[in-house]
Amino acid sequence: MTLHPTSPHFKKNAARALGDAELQVALSKVKRGFIDKRVAAAARLPEFEALRDQARDIKNHTLAHLDLYLERYEEKVTASGGHVHFARTAAEARDIVLAICREAGARTVTKGKSMIAEEIGLNAHLEAAGITPVETDLGEYIIQLRGEPPSHIIAPAVHVNATQVEQDFRRVHKGLDEKRDLSEPVKLLAEARAVLRERFLAADVGITGANFLVAETGTSIIVTNEGNGDLTQILPKTHIVLASIEKVVPTLEDVCQIIRVLARSATGQDMSVYTTLSTGPRRPGDLDGPENYHVIILDNGRSSMLNTNFQDMLRCIRCGACMNHCPVYQAVGGHAYGWVYPGPMGAVLTPSLIGVDKAGHLPNASTFCGRCESVCPVRIPLPKMMRHWREREFERHLSPAAMRSGLAFWGFFARRPALYTLAMRFAVSALALVGRSRGRFQRLPLASGWTAGRDFPAPQGGTFQAQWRRERRRSVG
Amino acid sequence: MSAREDVFASIRRSLGVTGNELPRRQVVADRIERAPKGLIPGRGQVEGDERIALFRREAELALATVAEVETAADVPRAVADFLRNHNLPAAIRMGEDLRLRTMPWEETALAVSRGRSDGGDINAVSHAFAGVAESGTLVMVSGPENPSTLNFLPDNHIVVVAAKDLVGDYEEALRKVRATYGRGQMPRTVNFITGPSRSGDIEQTLLLGAHGPRRLHVIVVRG
Ligand code: SF4
Repeated sequence: MTLHPTSPHFKKNAARALGDAELQVALSKVKRGFIDKRVAAAARLPEFEALRDQARDIKNHTLAHLDLYLERYEEKVTASGGHVHFARTAAEARDIVLAICREAGARTVTKGKSMIAEEIGLNAHLEAAGITPVETDLGEYIIQLRGEPPSHIIAPAVHVNATQVEQDFRRVHKGLDEKRDLSEPVKLLAEARAVLRERFLAADVGITGANFLVAETGTSIIVTNEGNGDLTQILPKTHIVLASIEKVVPTLEDVCQIIRVLARSATGQDMSVYTTLSTGPRRPGDLDGPENYHVIILDNGRSSMLNTNFQDMLRCIRCGACMNHCPVYQAVGGHAYGWVYPGPMGAVLTPSLIGVDKAGHLPNASTFCGRCESVCPVRIPLPKMMRHWREREFERHLSPAAMRSGLAFWGFFARRPALYTLAMRFAVSALALVGRSRGRFQRLPLASGWTAGRDFPAPQGGTFQAQWRRERRRSVG
Repeated sequence: MSAREDVFASIRRSLGVTGNELPRRQVVADRIERAPKGLIPGRGQVEGDERIALFRREAELALATVAEVETAADVPRAVADFLRNHNLPAAIRMGEDLRLRTMPWEETALAVSRGRSDGGDINAVSHAFAGVAESGTLVMVSGPENPSTLNFLPDNHIVVVAAKDLVGDYEEALRKVRATYGRGQMPRTVNFITGPSRSGDIEQTLLLGAHGPRRLHVIVVRG
């Protein structure tokens, strides 16, 4: 799926998602699961807002010196006996992974959760080469069985319900007793744990992502709750870390600052259960740990985002808060976005990585309510960047077709009053919060049904319509 | 150009730098040398009994259980009590850590085996390098005496931490690592562990024991 994004069909995807009753039930749980917990966790830490500033500043500082921190990181990994590989493109990264797996004589590889692995379409590539990849994060495992991509960056199976999981396990797990009771989540977990335990112990190579790469020490860090990432990386002979250039931070102290906002923003925990710092392969005398340690650092278009309107996106720490709080994501789920990264962060990042021609619809998937930016732990101005994409689309003369479909997209929401009301409830409260409403529309084209009884608040910077008109004037005149 | 050179060239082109600018290099070298601490939350900045109490409260919030004993000699009995209270087999696996080795295990009926875990152990006992009060986090370092597999494979993980090794914040814990292993050097693995393994991946229901331990029991040695 990674190689064939369905992002160009966002509207169709979204329409299908809205009609999917099971998906809608699953999405309704996002609020209980994430939003309330984040609020509670933030409230328990008086310094939370100031730490968000710290996290932003650390990332900005690192990006401004990215070449030098990467050099230092590479040096330290090499000094600790590990190997660093740089990859320009997804294809290069896949080939490096495959070469390392072949050298290790790998038949099965276990995988911790890695968005980079999704980005480069690693599983299909390994399978085609006769190597079996086994996802070990419970959510990733479930969607692997279902042949689906993740629908959320930290809760990949958030769209799946327990009954579906039971059906998948019964379909795939050979030798599973028909009479075995799998009617509750806890029983499903026990089944998955037992099956995956065997896989962990049998794997030849373990592949994980990285939340951070530390320049000071040459350390890679993963943050998980299940412990699957750790079993993935300490049991096999070879550990491969998949990372991208912007994951590097200067020092251990910087990591400490950022992890204080990471879990709180993601799941509302003060700390995720496991934060693991790995430096090089096993040491003399060690009884466990990998003998070979490889880090693959992917660019895939990121270096070209530096020093542009999109540089801020490279601060992203993949916490998922922006999608948890996004009315569009809450309505249509992650699959509608059609590629690896959904929600507001995906709407900004995807056009950078796969091209605006394929993902030009995504920056339109926004009500500009501003909630994503208000919760982003590294304060990425996501709505502003979505607007940049629209402007850029226009300048590139992908318009008017693309802009017309953007308008059509808006109309799509406008014609679905229930969804629209939901979206606007967020929009209005966000506006009340920042108090920068500068006016109200009495009437809007396509939304007259909705505006008949109420006013429509206009966010600063203009609605899509206003902007569209402005852009058209600019290009015409 | 190699992929590596290309990636660096592209970063530098975007940033408008050559990589040789001395002031930039100085900034980076300084930052790594000084490793500024940033903003430390007030929560963890308490001492003595208060720090122990905070560590305990936070660890329990993360769904660990905590016991306190007066001296290291009391640990084996506390381990045996924990296992009995949960109807767990009276067998433990542990590394060769000297602090654990010198405890009077023979005073209990526990069957003690040593070494890494192969996945067949029900209970493991480890000694923490430090504990972080602000979030009830244990800091474990790997080494020949402390195999990492013990932290993840057994169903029940019992971790001993000395009250004198409790620190207020993560920064302090990592400074302790730096002081022990040397600047810029790290043990192969440092595990920050906050509560038992869990997953919310099935309908966002919180379930303990996803792949790692179902139970995390912490024994704080006060003396
Ligand atoms: S853009 Fe911000 S809120 Fe969204 S995933 Fe990235 S860091 Fe989290």
